[in-house]
Amino acid sequence: MERGYRRKRSNRQIPEDEVITLENVTKSYSTGAPALNGVTLHIKRGEFVFIVGDSGSGKSTLIKLLLRELVPTDGEITVLGYNLRRIKHSKIPKFRRNLGIVFQDFRLLKDRNVYENVAFAQRIVQTPSRDIKRNVPSILATVNLAGKYKNKINQLSGGEQQRVALARALVNKPAILLADEPTGNLDPNNSWEIMKLMEQINENGTTVIVVTHNREIVNAMKKRVITMKKGVIIEDEEEGMYIDED
Amino acid sequence: MRINSFFYTIGQGFKNLGRNKWYTLASVATISACLFLFGIFYAIITNFEHVVKTAEEGVSVTVFFNEGTTEDQILAVKSDLENRTEVREIVYVSAEEAWQGFKDEYLGEYSDGFTENPLADSANLQIYLNDVSMQTALVTYAESISVVREVNRSEVTANTLSGLNKLIAYVSAGIIVILLLVSIFLISNTVTMGIQVRKDEINIMKYIGATDFFVRAPFVVEGILIGIIGSLIPLVIVYFVYKNAISYVASKFTMLSSLLNFLPVEIVYNKLVPISLAIGIGIGFFGSFTTVRKHLHV
Ligand SMILES: Nc1ncnc2c1ncn2[C@@H]1O[C@H](COP(=O)(O)OP(=O)(O)O)[C@@H](O)[C@H]1O
Ligand SMILES: [Mg+2]
Repeated sequence: MERGYRRKRSNRQIPEDEVITLENVTKSYSTGAPALNGVTLHIKRGEFVFIVGDSGSGKSTLIKLLLRELVPTDGEITVLGYNLRRIKHSKIPKFRRNLGIVFQDFRLLKDRNVYENVAFAQRIVQTPSRDIKRNVPSILATVNLAGKYKNKINQLSGGEQQRVALARALVNKPAILLADEPTGNLDPNNSWEIMKLMEQINENGTTVIVVTHNREIVNAMKKRVITMKKGVIIEDEEEGMYIDED
Repeated sequence: MRINSFFYTIGQGFKNLGRNKWYTLASVATISACLFLFGIFYAIITNFEHVVKTAEEGVSVTVFFNEGTTEDQILAVKSDLENRTEVREIVYVSAEEAWQGFKDEYLGEYSDGFTENPLADSANLQIYLNDVSMQTALVTYAESISVVREVNRSEVTANTLSGLNKLIAYVSAGIIVILLLVSIFLISNTVTMGIQVRKDEINIMKYIGATDFFVRAPFVVEGILIGIIGSLIPLVIVYFVYKNAISYVASKFTMLSSLLNFLPVEIVYNKLVPISLAIGIGIGFFGSFTTVRKHLHV
């Protein structure tokens, strides 16, 4: 499809257990070809989905659209019942509280310790102090960091830092966890640990979407795999494989 | 907003001060300098105004009457004039009182030679004004009254005083505006710096779902705190400077002390404290609020 095609209004009824719906979504930046070009995608509650593809194929753009960091140029995105094209600016914080987000570069607050980094996520959604004191140690135990809650961020390994980021993403009990190359800066062992944690979180009911380049892990975990190329989905398979395009 | 979120926001505002120490210091120093100048300036102006006011209160218009005007007629004019807004007070001086005053002041013991009152037609009204700039209007009016013979006024004093008053008002307004602008500019720089330093943190906050208010509030609190600190420091300094300055001048220039009666520091501070705090908090709030709006695209 070329730029400037007419939007097809979809009359499809979104099933109740579908948490992410993209209908013909196109995202163009001011320069170059569209980063996403007419993508249609449905994800159900409780799914674990890998998104793979070459660098520049539009994976991060897709994640940013789901976060409502970007608005689609065309098409409709619905996440957890929120129409992300029409959502009011003032409703965005409330919407985002349903999402947990993990990035390749951790994005932790380096001037604060492990506990503070996780508690931070609860403070800004205005959780009562009493609950913060209970939730933070519990989530740190889940990511195997209970003993390091007082450590400064720069005293941690990359794997530990990513686990802090994961704890921060999970402490507010999100319905959906989005991870954009969470193991991109980690060695194989730490990568596996993060992936296993995310699988465990998924087994507890959270929908998990992971962008990754880690072929070995994708092929071993037997999850749904969506393969992107040049802004379109070229493969979408249950128990899929990370196929080599080259 | 929850009570612990409220304290968290205030706490973050305090922490911001420490996170950008040098910028905080620079803005506190500038606001302090501005408000120090303002304080000194204010003290000088209020004292000057006090001197002018005292002088103004002494300015009077004296109205004399035609030969043969009765006391009743004069009192009728008095009550007529008393209805005018610019008139503060009118004192009726009868011919006898005028003569008595003259004798006391100039003749002393030599006054015995006079058997009749040589100032028989000198009964007069001494009019004190609220506002010296209205003197001309009053004089014109008084001269138009039929029984009035002559109106004496102190033209030079009146014009000089009202002119000085205006000059002081303009100069102080001008200086205050300049100081305000400089301070706002500096606070805005500090907050911009803080936003730049904490760009990543702000980003994370937005991803996690912080409301715009929650993201902005600590920066506004930071600005207000800078304003409060920046106004308290000069208030303390000016307090001691002023106290020492008036006692120094009083002891060094004793001849001037009757002319320059300084206001006590408490009188000056009655107004200077709330004004300085209001200005400090005002520029702190305004400077940070507008900067946050401009630089924080939440
Ligand atoms: N902010 C941007 N402005 C312009 N072009 C962009 C921007 N972000 C990404 N792109 C372009 O969009 C395409 C998809 O990028 P991205 O979604 O980051 O891919 P991926 O995450 O799969 O590597 C690339 O061609 C990239 O150059
Ligand atoms: Mg990417």
